[in-house]
Amino acid sequence: MTKMEKPTTISRRAVLMGTGALVVSVGAPLGLDVLLGMNNALAQGTKPPLTPDQLSSYIAVNANGTVSAFFGKMDMGHGLFVAVGQIVAEELDVPFKAVKVYMGDTANSVNQGGASGSTGLQLGGKQMRMAAAEARRVLVDMAAEKLGVPADQLTVSNGVVKTIAPRGAMPKSVSYADLIGGKYFNVQLEWNKAYGNTLYAPGKAKPKDPKDHKIVGKPIKREDVAPKVFCQEDFCTDIKVPGMVHGRMIRPAVAGSVPVKVDESSIKDIPGAKVVWQQGFLGVVADKEWDAIRAMEKLKVEWSKVEPPFPNQAALYDHIRKAPVRKRAEEGKLAGNVDEAFKTAAKVIEAEYEWPFQSHACMGPACALVEIKDGKVNCWTGSQKSHFVQNGLSAQLGVPLENVHVIWQTGPGSYGRSDADDCAADAAALAKAVGKPVRLQYTRDQGTGWDPKGPASIHRARAAIDAQGNVIAYDFLSKGFSRVDVDTNGSKLFDTLAGQTQGVTLKSGDGFGVPAESYEFANKKTAWETIPPLLDRSSPLRSSHLRDPVGPQIHFASESFMDEVAAALNVDPIEFRLRYVKEPRDIAVIKAAAQKFGWDTRPSPRKGQTGAKVSGRGIAYSQRNGTRVAVIAQVDIDRATGKIFAKRFTVAHDCGQIINPDGLEKCIEGNIIQGISRTLWEEVKFDNKKVTSVDWISYPILDITETPEKIDFVLINHPEIPPSGAGEPSIRPIAAAIANAIFDATGVRIRRVPFSPDRVKAALS
Amino acid sequence: MTQKITLNVNGKNHTVDADPDMPLLYALRNDIGLNNPHFGCGLAQCGACTVHVDGVAIRSCITPVSSVGKGKVVTLAGLGTPEKPHPLQTAYVEEQVPQCGYCINGWIMTAAAFLAKKKKPSEAEIKTALEGIKCRCGTHVSILKAVKRAAAMMG
Ligand code: FES
Ligand code: FES
Repeated sequence: MTKMEKPTTISRRAVLMGTGALVVSVGAPLGLDVLLGMNNALAQGTKPPLTPDQLSSYIAVNANGTVSAFFGKMDMGHGLFVAVGQIVAEELDVPFKAVKVYMGDTANSVNQGGASGSTGLQLGGKQMRMAAAEARRVLVDMAAEKLGVPADQLTVSNGVVKTIAPRGAMPKSVSYADLIGGKYFNVQLEWNKAYGNTLYAPGKAKPKDPKDHKIVGKPIKREDVAPKVFCQEDFCTDIKVPGMVHGRMIRPAVAGSVPVKVDESSIKDIPGAKVVWQQGFLGVVADKEWDAIRAMEKLKVEWSKVEPPFPNQAALYDHIRKAPVRKRAEEGKLAGNVDEAFKTAAKVIEAEYEWPFQSHACMGPACALVEIKDGKVNCWTGSQKSHFVQNGLSAQLGVPLENVHVIWQTGPGSYGRSDADDCAADAAALAKAVGKPVRLQYTRDQGTGWDPKGPASIHRARAAIDAQGNVIAYDFLSKGFSRVDVDTNGSKLFDTLAGQTQGVTLKSGDGFGVPAESYEFANKKTAWETIPPLLDRSSPLRSSHLRDPVGPQIHFASESFMDEVAAALNVDPIEFRLRYVKEPRDIAVIKAAAQKFGWDTRPSPRKGQTGAKVSGRGIAYSQRNGTRVAVIAQVDIDRATGKIFAKRFTVAHDCGQIINPDGLEKCIEGNIIQGISRTLWEEVKFDNKKVTSVDWISYPILDITETPEKIDFVLINHPEIPPSGAGEPSIRPIAAAIANAIFDATGVRIRRVPFSPDRVKAALS
Repeated sequence: MTQKITLNVNGKNHTVDADPDMPLLYALRNDIGLNNPHFGCGLAQCGACTVHVDGVAIRSCITPVSSVGKGKVVTLAGLGTPEKPHPLQTAYVEEQVPQCGYCINGWIMTAAAFLAKKKKPSEAEIKTALEGIKCRCGTHVSILKAVKRAAAMMG
């Protein structure tokens, strides 16, 4: 285990020094002074400011010629750093192994938005590509000057710049290491002045033509698997600093209630145990972790009496139906006049779908370590948005941003705005109160019960059909809790439990979404409406981003509905989609999935199945920010028990250029499993006082015994189209594909997730 | 009240001064300083804290430290090393199983105890042996491939 002697992580300086060179290594063909004199404009020994407009903020060439890439996003387990390393190596013309990617450390990277919206490659990778291309251009210019040869007569391979010599002649050459190794680029980029996902700062260089790619597109393996299985790598839960104490939080049994009396004497026998109580914020610390746990359990607290804040769970969807609309938006590709068109319909098909609150339920509850020392703050967190945590802690603790160092360290899973951001802010509040570094880990019930939830929603769809069986109008409306009741990161105190429990002024945001597809109907309207949270402050049902925020719910509804229309018209579900889907890449994924699966064209439901066990197949398709996915599910249903076995999946996936096909497959695999889990099992349970699904029994997920037998992939590669994301798009159509397969097998349409055995059984009887 | 308890972990004796009711997990992580196993639930529901005691896979999050006695505790770090990996560790790397990797202790340690007793298990037997262990990232397909690969390596 890493016992951190000092609060250091790998700062950029340490990286450069650590690889052996002070400035230029001994034995290098040129002395430092010569080199500096020659290329003073482009390289320097001191570190330029860590700002987005500096090339050195992204790329450094070390003394030994290896390359460090500083990435302001991070990997959530999909091997993103491998893909980014491939891109950087490709553009720089260095071997893949020469590149090391550092992620999510505020001391050596700029705010590129953290892990967010499947933009790791789409936006983060794009910036790294431009930076690496610019670094190559600058290095070739330096070489041109040094070798006395025009830049256009130079080539690069394996980090060595060479003259293109006529046949038989000896080329002149110089390596990157000799040109700049161990010094920083001093090159200005054209920054668009944005931080986060949209940060973009290209240089003058043009990236390579994809047809020249040699490293991009290769199935390179992750190198972090071995360190993980041999326990050589720490998670954020493993970090320790000297003088550190352990913290635990205490949450109310009735949501919304606050402590009115705290009896500190109730824990006086526990060594070193202390209470931190600030309005609704209540935690304990102790020198030993077990003592902190005991203190949390033993502390006597009297809580304020409050009205139960929630409806009973059975009334959830009625509540959503009746709730006042806080914000409404019509989005997507709208066409014609839907209301007028419905007046002329020969037939109208309508349906309503329901999706519950869901929990991140990360593998472990969140953990963070915060150290406040000499006016400086260090924080180790699994939050997928470490730069925003830096903003948040700076505001919370009143410490200038440059004195707050946030280090992302792999956490126990992360699928969006989980409990990790709350944990960092809670740990900071504890650390400030007790004047010692605090490692705070939540409990399981806090992780599952108190994380920000994926919003619950209802979705209404209707289609107008003319006398010939054509769809002439389509109207789709989602109504639900906002996906940004608390925002997607911890940069604002009002978005954290620490802030909310300590009474800061609240600011709940509004956001939902519409189906992403290319169905063309003469009249089309897609809209959303958000409703206020059930409890505005410190709620265990506050809603935020959970993997593919609102995508699974919306497309469960919209793609189930397309199937309903196809069935009502007695048309094969794929044939129906192909009549109306217009974008060629969408058509291609649907056809590719059908072909790979061996789809037999016929309307659903399947005829002639008798007995307790029936099976069916269903398709669903969707887009997501440029990526398109078609999924076919084959399911077995036991009519007697209602148990569904999602047996086989075929996925056709087009995310533009594929950087690493193996990484992409693994990423899709995880999406499918988590998608099945959310469809078949996951539902936050609550009574009128609190969330009651607080562990793996009350919040079950897909078990290993339910693993699909087979997943087939069709990865469609478009090297000419810049990569769009893959971290989330394929979770989006899973629920609908399963629902459509159930309908195919049984003729019964299930419009409420999850499809737990009791619900399926009830629906079938 | 704390008491001195001697534990044999990964072949070495360690004496810890701990509340006898404290779960073994905290002794391993905090007193002995291992970064494996992990805390996932503290309820014996997820597997993240799994270690072997005399070859049996147990959940260290609910096992009182005083109950281990002279039992030999092996954690994932003691199962194999890069130089001498356990077949499951090799298979995990080959199959590129983990995403976040926080669940690894549960799967590998449970599967290791199972494969030590059961040669050439069927897929159904593997699944049953691993039932209830959690992986939230959804690496189920790859986990099964790795366990099958390791089983084949172990003959
Ligand atoms: S932490 Fe022990 S089983 Fe979950
Ligand atoms: S890999 Fe993240 S929980 Fe299994």
